[in-house]
Amino acid sequence: MVLRRFLRDSGHLVRPAIVLLAAMGLFLVVRSAVIPKAFGQYGHYRPGALDAIRARPISFAGQDTCVACHDEQAKVRAAGKHAHVACEACHGPLAKHADDPTANVPKRPEVANLCRRCHEKDAAKPQGFPQVATVEHSAGMACNSCHQPHNPHL
Amino acid sequence: MIPGVDGFMYPNEVELQWSLLIVLYPYITGLVAGAFILASLERVFKVEAVRPTYRLALLTALAFLLVAPLPLQLHLGHPERSIEMYLTPHRSSAMAMFGFVYLWYLTVVLLLEIWLEFRADIVRMAQTTKGLTRLVYKALTLGSENLSPAARRIDDKVGYAVTVIGIPSAFLLHGYVGFIFGSIKANPWWSSPLMPIVFLFSAMVSGIATVLLLYMASMKVKKMAIDMRCLDTIAKYLFYTFVIDFTLEMLDLIHRTYEADESFRSLDFMVHTRLWGSQVILQILLGTLVPLVLLAANQLWTFSEAKRRAMYVIACGLTLVGIFAMRWNVVIGGQLFSKSFLGYTTYKVEFAAREGLLAASALMLLPFVIFIVLVKLLPPWPERETT
Ligand code: HEC
Ligand code: HEC
Ligand code: HEC
Ligand code: HEC
Repeated sequence: MVLRRFLRDSGHLVRPAIVLLAAMGLFLVVRSAVIPKAFGQYGHYRPGALDAIRARPISFAGQDTCVACHDEQAKVRAAGKHAHVACEACHGPLAKHADDPTANVPKRPEVANLCRRCHEKDAAKPQGFPQVATVEHSAGMACNSCHQPHNPHL
Repeated sequence: MIPGVDGFMYPNEVELQWSLLIVLYPYITGLVAGAFILASLERVFKVEAVRPTYRLALLTALAFLLVAPLPLQLHLGHPERSIEMYLTPHRSSAMAMFGFVYLWYLTVVLLLEIWLEFRADIVRMAQTTKGLTRLVYKALTLGSENLSPAARRIDDKVGYAVTVIGIPSAFLLHGYVGFIFGSIKANPWWSSPLMPIVFLFSAMVSGIATVLLLYMASMKVKKMAIDMRCLDTIAKYLFYTFVIDFTLEMLDLIHRTYEADESFRSLDFMVHTRLWGSQVILQILLGTLVPLVLLAANQLWTFSEAKRRAMYVIACGLTLVGIFAMRWNVVIGGQLFSKSFLGYTTYKVEFAAREGLLAASALMLLPFVIFIVLVKLLPPWPERETT
């Protein structure tokens, strides 16, 4: 009797519990439906991501490719301090251009920001690295009006 | 020279990654925890005087809790992916676990307690209103209109139990936010086991201040009399928690100063330069000492009611500014100095950007909008209780 009365008087409390359980159940159903197959096979990620990444188009051609056609610039560069700066570090990814040079003629780099990106004076850079306070150094003139990008030595 | 940067700054430190929105996250979460803990004063510790704010505090907590994750979402470049934190949580990620702490607190503690507390009103509204409103209340009853005294007694017992569970949960919720910062060992400005505790107490301070202000504002809007005994009691608790909070913060400061580890000179310099305005002036002077003096004066002397009200409003307003400044100094301050301890960067808040001032202000207003809706839906005023 006592138990029955207790059950009747606390019956409404079952309802939020049901709502909560239903929400959790829904969560579990959704979870099992949307989690990618074999998640966690190699680590805490979707194994299919590896193929997805592999399937993405290549954007950098690599400088051996550039050198094969642009012998002139390659020679100039090899003679100067930028010898170890890769073509695409300045020109950006140009795989499309390398595949079909005449259909995809690249724009020339924007010198105003390009050189600054590497050479702006910053106390955090190694002391031996050539760096200038660009504003004082060039007084607004384009860097390549004095330096030649491929061999910056004057 | 890179603009805004002084001295030696590693390239990846120049630009701040955690913006104004990340300042809002601990601020808003803190208001939730604080408001809830104030509510539990009445429920668990039977402080009768604060009864008029009990329901108000619960609704305040809910309004802010609903908004708490939004600054984080807006901060993400791909907010739609944040759901994956729940789907495939990484157990070593403090943030992923926070998601579950948040859900636990929202559903098992806050929503349940509010439902139990307002159940009688909901049922009555479901019986007396019409049309769409009726449907809403019907849904909120979850299909049970059992209001027998025995059922209400059980509600009361269960509500009590939920609050008892709720207090540690509220501590967990905001202590956790402090933990997220305090556990970052690479950052000496954050890495401190005191962080969760300091966060917690500052949360209580800001939450209590918010409820007090909201209570006064609601009474003004409703043209109802302010219960001065309630106000004085809340102000008293605000004073106590504030004293503890300030003590903890000073303890942290003294500890750092005395320990003076390798980061100290750099951090000290930062506090004296870049953070001077927000830390020393706003947080400590205006945001802590002035309210403390105002609240302490009320413990020592008795002022007229009008004076007291004015003092409380000023004290609470400044408190909220001060706690916001505290969150700012933690989040932004922690990113202004270089890990080399030899350089400093600057943070400039954008205006109409995704993480700018405009978005932040909107997010800060949103809880008040939700609060108004909640108050319309579930009127917390005492007049209803008598029926
Ligand atoms: C298959 C040969 C070939 C390869 C490989 C190649 N290029 Fe070219 N590139 C050309 C030709 C041909 C042109 C001239 C296109 C035109 O003007 O129609 C050109 C034009 C350019 C230009 C624009 C010249 C100008 O006058 O504005 C740049 C810059 C350039 N290439 C950079 C690169 C870089 C960097 C790479 C390596 C990623 C590269 N190229 C790879 C053949 C090649
Ligand atoms: C330090 C940055 C830098 C590097 C490294 C670099 N370039 Fe350039 N390159 C430039 C800039 C800047 C221009 C544009 C000059 C201008 O606008 O007058 C340019 C122009 C060119 C041009 C247009 C014709 C010319 O000579 O002006 C070609 C072709 C070219 N680069 C190819 C290459 C190739 C191939 C390599 C790699 C072997 C390379 N570049 C490496 C910065 C660079
Ligand atoms: C991707 C980074 C990068 C960019 C972009 C870049 N450089 Fe350089 N630069 C280097 C490196 C690396 C060196 C070689 C440093 C060394 O030898 O220690 C260098 C060296 C130099 C030097 C020193 C030459 C000497 O004789 O000492 C000059 C001048 C220079 N660059 C000018 C420029 C100019 C002008 C530009 C823009 C057209 C530019 N750099 C763009 C990386 C860059
Ligand atoms: C008016 C001509 C002029 C312009 C424009 C100019 N430079 Fe130079 N730059 C020089 C001369 C001359 C030197 C070598 C003398 C020296 O070391 O001071 C030099 C040296 C440098 C060096 C080497 C410094 C070192 O410590 O070894 C760097 C790096 C450099 N320039 C970068 C730039 C960059 C980046 C720009 C564009 C913002 C630029 N320069 C524009 C004339 C110029």
